[in-house]
Amino acid sequence: MESIKNKVAVVGMGCVRFGENFDQSIDDMIIDAAHEAYEDAGIEQKDIQAAWLGQLWAGHTGQLLASPLKLSYIPVTHTENACATGSEALRGACYAVASGACDIALAVGVEKLKDTGYAGLPQTRPIATWSHRIASMTPPAGFALMATRYFAEHGLSVDEGKRLLAKIAVKNHYNGSMNPKAHFQRKISIDKCLNAPMIAYPLSLFDCCGVSDGAAAAIVVRADMAKSFRADPIYVKSLQICQGPREGFMNPAYDYVHVEETRRCGIAAYKEAGISDPSKEISIAEVHDCFSITELTIMEDLQFSQRGKAPEDINNGKYEIDGQLPVNTDGGLKCFGHPVGATGLRMLYEVYKQLQGKAGDRQVKNPATGLTHNQGGEPGAAVVSVAIVGNEK
Amino acid sequence: MAGIISVGVHIPVYRMPRALIAENWETGALPGEKAVANHDEDSLTMGVAAARRCLKEIDLNQVDALYFATTTAPYTEKQSAALMAAVLQLPEDTQTLDFCNSLRSGTGAVGAALNAINSGALNNVLVCASDLRLFRPKSNFEMFCGDGAAAFLLGKEDTIAEIEFFDSFYDEIQDIWRSDKHRFLRTAEDRFVQDLGYYRVVRNAVANTLKKHELKAGDFSKVCTNFSNAKTIGRLFSEFGFRPEEQLQNDLHNGVGDTGAAMAMMNAVDALENAEPRQRILVSGYGSGCDNICIRTTKRIKDFSSDKTLKDQLKDKIPLNNYNRYLIWRELIEVQKLPRPPLEERQPTPQAQWRETKGELALCGTRCLECGTPQYPPQRVCMVCTAKDKFEKYSFSNKKAELRTYSHDYLSETLDPPITLSVVDFEGGGRVLCEMTDREIDQVRVGMNLEMTFRKLYYVGGIYNYWWKCKPADQNR
Repeated sequence: MESIKNKVAVVGMGCVRFGENFDQSIDDMIIDAAHEAYEDAGIEQKDIQAAWLGQLWAGHTGQLLASPLKLSYIPVTHTENACATGSEALRGACYAVASGACDIALAVGVEKLKDTGYAGLPQTRPIATWSHRIASMTPPAGFALMATRYFAEHGLSVDEGKRLLAKIAVKNHYNGSMNPKAHFQRKISIDKCLNAPMIAYPLSLFDCCGVSDGAAAAIVVRADMAKSFRADPIYVKSLQICQGPREGFMNPAYDYVHVEETRRCGIAAYKEAGISDPSKEISIAEVHDCFSITELTIMEDLQFSQRGKAPEDINNGKYEIDGQLPVNTDGGLKCFGHPVGATGLRMLYEVYKQLQGKAGDRQVKNPATGLTHNQGGEPGAAVVSVAIVGNEK
Repeated sequence: MAGIISVGVHIPVYRMPRALIAENWETGALPGEKAVANHDEDSLTMGVAAARRCLKEIDLNQVDALYFATTTAPYTEKQSAALMAAVLQLPEDTQTLDFCNSLRSGTGAVGAALNAINSGALNNVLVCASDLRLFRPKSNFEMFCGDGAAAFLLGKEDTIAEIEFFDSFYDEIQDIWRSDKHRFLRTAEDRFVQDLGYYRVVRNAVANTLKKHELKAGDFSKVCTNFSNAKTIGRLFSEFGFRPEEQLQNDLHNGVGDTGAAMAMMNAVDALENAEPRQRILVSGYGSGCDNICIRTTKRIKDFSSDKTLKDQLKDKIPLNNYNRYLIWRELIEVQKLPRPPLEERQPTPQAQWRETKGELALCGTRCLECGTPQYPPQRVCMVCTAKDKFEKYSFSNKKAELRTYSHDYLSETLDPPITLSVVDFEGGGRVLCEMTDREIDQVRVGMNLEMTFRKLYYVGGIYNYWWKCKPADQNR
């Protein structure tokens, strides 16, 4: 089995400011993100040979992308994989380039959530697997199940557990305060977190990420062509995706203190990228902190922390922007926001900028290898994508 | 001779003090409290609960018919008994029938079952009566009436009581009614309802019955009947020489309320649960006439123990101390909804409902014949060993269970926030994710013992979406 390592490079990226973009249509956001990426890569629309669209709730066919961008009768693929949709679009584009089917491909992720008129995410009930005989489950409740169990298994009182989780939110808000494209750009205190309204016990408001509008785009090319586009391309080292069989909802063997898909996806990605000690070899990570507890368990599942030791590492500041392994330097889903189809590519946008040394006030010192972790579904029934990229071939 | 083989009763766990209603409306209080069905209960789910208790020790293959009696069926066209039979997993050649529209439908169904058994047409018939009646807020009847259900398994073998006779008298009177255009029950003027309704009709019927069978008050240990006013009942039976304090089975008045079509049978369950061998019980079911059933316990009554007696259920309760909560449960006031996706997006389709009737609806899953792993919902490929189509049916509804983890979800649409999302692990294997009901928030703990209960998830687009929830097991209370 071959690896994608060093076969594909990212040479241009774009991302709009995420948020309640009431003044922007889905087309506006696609155009702004894609054209920022064209400009960054120094290409024009006509140079694109194939495109992938990651988008969950708005449309059918690749027309949603081809129409605003006026793509010229090229192949366009519409992908979706719940909250991991953005990474799925990237995978499609990268594999096409790696296969030689095309040399220059575009991946765009976009979501328009603030036109629904309600809080949270729309219902997703694919008709092929329809069952109304399932519990009503909002995403915060689905992830809160993991917080309740993690607290219980690690002997944390609810107060202790919530205080620990609040540190994750405070860190991500601090990072977000340095990011002009983030949905939320204010710092918060531990007390503000602890006193916030309950959403899904034990998770309260600041344990939950923003629901946002947004779009992000990437131009990927053959690695051997990359330097002809720019001096500082970013090379793809690994692209893995792990789809669980929804076993955790049915099998008592699943413990609700980790996400098996994340654990397995991490192992596969490290193998593909040739990484043996992720905690040391990964410089920065953008992970799917849809909820504070998710970020905590990801630290263990991706082997950044030893099993059961994430609380210690969080308390010691390991994942803060000046820590040993900065996590979610752009504010993460918590503050950058979570326009579902765009999120995977937004993560890559931050890693890309950091590896190029262009992350402004939040620039981490000399990162070489970055990781994105993008998750769809819930604990027990997830799909997880891990991408690893580096600035050296 | 046909008789009663087993009984079961269900009283909703929530009890509203009558003083709370009085306080809310600034009216005079009555003593005691009334049982209030949870927002996810209706006559059908309560009927299932009573039936499950009644059938606990029974081989389901022996049940030939299910008769369901209520004045408050969830559907006016579409049989409740068939849905209940599917939930209870009764054999597919079970006769199912609804007895509706009368407070006398419970005792009437017993009479019909009796005739069928005595004629030899059927061997064993499950009769289940249940009611959740809605009176206008601030009405007297709102205070008098409560919710509940009872079930009898009738047959000839191994009876705990024989039914000596069944007399029936009709009487046309407009005393308590609800037309096809009304949501709330209506009543005629109080005195008329009491004196010309219940009192006159039951008095005539009891007089007739005692005379016909040459019985007198002293021949009975208990009288079980259904009316909202215990004093009227006492006055009536005193006239025949009954001593109300000893002979009237009336625990329900103070602790539950008048449970409509289920009341006489619930009282009879209470009487049987406390009876000695060879005692007679008179059951007088009122409603557009009167049914008199004479029950006589056998020596087997001594060995009979209910799954959970009426008196135990009277004690097992959660106080409902917020009248607004009750109004919201019954959708008597419209409150601001959360800004969430409309429930219509989750409307069940009849096609998917129908496919799931054999398995999911009854909480029946599969067990792998290769590796033995129980799994729900029913699978075709084993989640552990991936064997294909090598399964046997496996029922989870009566399994003991434990709470793996939970969340109180304040964001989800429900008449009673929060939804307590629960991960339920069954003894012997298997897991489901479901809501927890009949629970107080601060009672919920990781590792607590649970049992499963059949409830209504929600109602949308004219369709009731029934499924299972977990609730704290008895020993937690």
